[in-house]
Amino acid sequence: MLHIIDRRFNSTNKSSVNRQRLMKRVQARIKEAVEEAVSRRAMDDLGRGGEVSVPKADISEPVFGHGPGGQVTHVLPGNKQFQVGDKMMRPSGGAGGGGSGDGSSDDGQYENEFTFQITRAEYLDYLFDGLALPYLVKKNLSKQESPKYRNAGFTAQGSPEKLNVLRTMSRARGRRIALTANLKKRILALQLQVEQGDLGIEERLKLEAELQRLLKRKSSLPFLEEVDLRFHNLTKVPNPATSAVMFCIMDVSGSMTQAMKDMAKRYFLLLYLFLERQYGKTEIVFISHHTQAREVDDKTFFYSPESGGTIVSSALQLALDIIQQRYPSHNWNIYVAQASDGDNWADDSDRCRHLINKLVPLCQYFTYVEIGVHTEKPLWLNYAPLAVTHGGHFAMRSITSVKDIYPVFHDLFSREKSQ
Amino acid sequence: MKDKIITYSSEWTMPLLQRFDSEISRIAEGFGLDCYSNQLEVISAEQMIDAYASVGLPISYFHWSYGKHFETTRASYESGRMGLAYEMVINSSPCIAYLMEENTMAMQVLVIAHACYGHNSFFKGNYMFREWTDASAIVDYMVFAKDYILQCEDQHGVDEVEQVLDSCHALMTHGVNRYVRPPALSKAEEKLLQKDREVALQKQVNHLWATIPQADKEGALEQDELEFPAEPEENLLYFIEKNSPILEPWQREVVRIVRKIAQYFYPQKQTKVMNEGWACFWHYTIFTELHAQGLVGEGFMLEFFDIHSRVLRQADFNNPAYSGINPYTLGYAMMTDIRRICETPTEEDNQWFPDLAGSDWQQSLDFAMRNFKDESFILQYLSPKVIRDLKLFTVVDDERLDHVLVSAIHDEQGYQQIRADLASEYSLNRTEPNVQVINVALRGDRSLTLQHTQVDDRPMSDKTDEMLKHLHRLWGFKVVLQTTSLDGEVSKTYVSVEPELNSP
Repeated sequence: MLHIIDRRFNSTNKSSVNRQRLMKRVQARIKEAVEEAVSRRAMDDLGRGGEVSVPKADISEPVFGHGPGGQVTHVLPGNKQFQVGDKMMRPSGGAGGGGSGDGSSDDGQYENEFTFQITRAEYLDYLFDGLALPYLVKKNLSKQESPKYRNAGFTAQGSPEKLNVLRTMSRARGRRIALTANLKKRILALQLQVEQGDLGIEERLKLEAELQRLLKRKSSLPFLEEVDLRFHNLTKVPNPATSAVMFCIMDVSGSMTQAMKDMAKRYFLLLYLFLERQYGKTEIVFISHHTQAREVDDKTFFYSPESGGTIVSSALQLALDIIQQRYPSHNWNIYVAQASDGDNWADDSDRCRHLINKLVPLCQYFTYVEIGVHTEKPLWLNYAPLAVTHGGHFAMRSITSVKDIYPVFHDLFSREKSQ
Repeated sequence: MKDKIITYSSEWTMPLLQRFDSEISRIAEGFGLDCYSNQLEVISAEQMIDAYASVGLPISYFHWSYGKHFETTRASYESGRMGLAYEMVINSSPCIAYLMEENTMAMQVLVIAHACYGHNSFFKGNYMFREWTDASAIVDYMVFAKDYILQCEDQHGVDEVEQVLDSCHALMTHGVNRYVRPPALSKAEEKLLQKDREVALQKQVNHLWATIPQADKEGALEQDELEFPAEPEENLLYFIEKNSPILEPWQREVVRIVRKIAQYFYPQKQTKVMNEGWACFWHYTIFTELHAQGLVGEGFMLEFFDIHSRVLRQADFNNPAYSGINPYTLGYAMMTDIRRICETPTEEDNQWFPDLAGSDWQQSLDFAMRNFKDESFILQYLSPKVIRDLKLFTVVDDERLDHVLVSAIHDEQGYQQIRADLASEYSLNRTEPNVQVINVALRGDRSLTLQHTQVDDRPMSDKTDEMLKHLHRLWGFKVVLQTTSLDGEVSKTYVSVEPELNSP
């Protein structure tokens, strides 16, 4: 008789531990690859998982094997025209014919890279490894996400779908054993008496009737009773969510080229992915400005061409207004990220400084990145003293090329800084 | 007449599997196949990839290399570069075979015939498997191994254990007792003995490495100890387990576990052609019989022939798809040919196989299955007809010449040579370099000397330096490898460098 086992519904992740071990082994390489992907990948792709390649040498499994050379004999199938004594040029690549005898696999022969898939979560883990949000304050929120349900023991009442079969049955069994123990004893005694047989007919009939009565009582004991039932007890656990709002402020004046906007976008996107991981719920406010600031949607923010001069204070003022109207700072963790090429209207600088002084106390973190060739632009010079007065809540960096984005980001949020 | 056909559907069901199995079992018994009992496990594609990763063991300890195999297989499967095998079978008792859920009815029946009766009877009958493996103990032993290694990881850290395993895995090809096989033990016995072994092993090592020789015996000992080991040792893992000066008891046990697994797989790589040939021969014979008895219809057979011929496809040497001789093809051709020689021998067969020609084919085939491995099987049974059918020819590639030479083709003068050449391609002496321990500097720097005896002037591969690092890690002191030509001249010497911590 054949023994068939259906294993299809068993867990499939038999190899997950082995896979983790592999990833641990090539951790440094994966990190490099992920960081490189930040500058190489298309924008929408940034947050997804994907393929990572590591050099095969890092995970080679060597064995003692033969190298090319020596006198090697091969038997091959499919001879068509060869006669004994025919000579051929050695096929290129196969010099010395390490070929078939070689115990080692084709490591490195075709590909020098070992490629494997990582999930989005793993990808983000590597991307944000060693980073933390500074001044992560859990603020109370009026907005609560739906409460979670958690197991909390068992109850005697509940709806049928929450019935715990195992507990119910074991209680029922216990009850049956307890209630029949005495009966069983009496039945056994009676049976013995009947079997001994040295009884008068009448007496015997009496005993048997008694026996029948007891047996009936025993069998009429209900298999399940109300008192046996046990149900899973679920309790509501409040699930407070701290939320964050992120302000993206970008200069869209004529001096910002599309390439510069792209860099800014990558920066904003990294920040968004990062905040989303930390807070679960993150809102974004896009503010673009030239001489005037507007709150816009993401498409307009990144792609609509604009021109004109630059008044930075208009955007800061708008951000301040929005915070006061919609995101009271005692309820929200506020992050402001400003990106600009550093130009500003000459008279505007004082106003900016004034506004920043008002904004920063409301925020967890205010970052300013200057995009483009770093020369001491007016805004930079203007902001520089603020970094000192506002301590860790205000930071500024400059980004000159796509390659800088991740290091700058890393630098702004590195764990040591946040402590 | 009543229609006896079991099913016309291509969808399989559990009852149908049972039904087919009982028919096949009856047919197999009629042909005298002796099998372990069968256990079929229906699995999904992902589980098949899992099974691939643990290289044919239903359970194993954790190691990154299995993760690597898993990722490689999954990548090539998901990109469509590779299909998964229809089945996988494990040399255990009961014999475990995996069936993929997406197989059609005909494929499942093929797998049952191929794995559960073909491979299964081969595992049970072939002398290599009887000598070197113990089908009833392997699953238990792997449970023990997994537990033990987990325990080691708890006590000594994952990295520490991983390093030892890495080095042992590297030496797996040289970790087999080729001539003697110690009896296998059950899990319980193994656990019990393992403690004793720790103590005993350490004692033996301590004795060997006692630094202060006893004064009165010194003269006598000197001679003995200078020549250690007395005989060259080819089982490197065994030698390290018993004699390494630096390993701790638990590390010796890990070496031993890897050695045991190497030994379990040792017959498999030496019987690939025979094992597959035998299984293919029987699935073919069983299917023909199923059809002859009217149990399956034409559609069923057509699908079978399609799969069968794809499995047996042999690409010519100049075909881009060529990747060596297909063991299924060669094995199947030879097995079928043995039956042909027995039943309808030609003049040529009478000359080449006087004992075989005209004998009972079932007995002769059974004898061949039981008493050979690939190398000897080919040397014994490769007939001129098979050589002609496959159009085999021999090419000699000599690095001293700038061309390769065709030295034999499928003609009267070539048969003998091709047979010998092909057989030697399956000989371990050719596929794996012959490396043995020849000396330990007991009085000096404790260095270990290995000798590589060259065959056909073939040098060691460029992985050798890395290999010596692994050996160095297990031995603890310098390791030297000398490549020696057959006339005893040392042509190249490798010396190990100390491995850095935490790197291969």
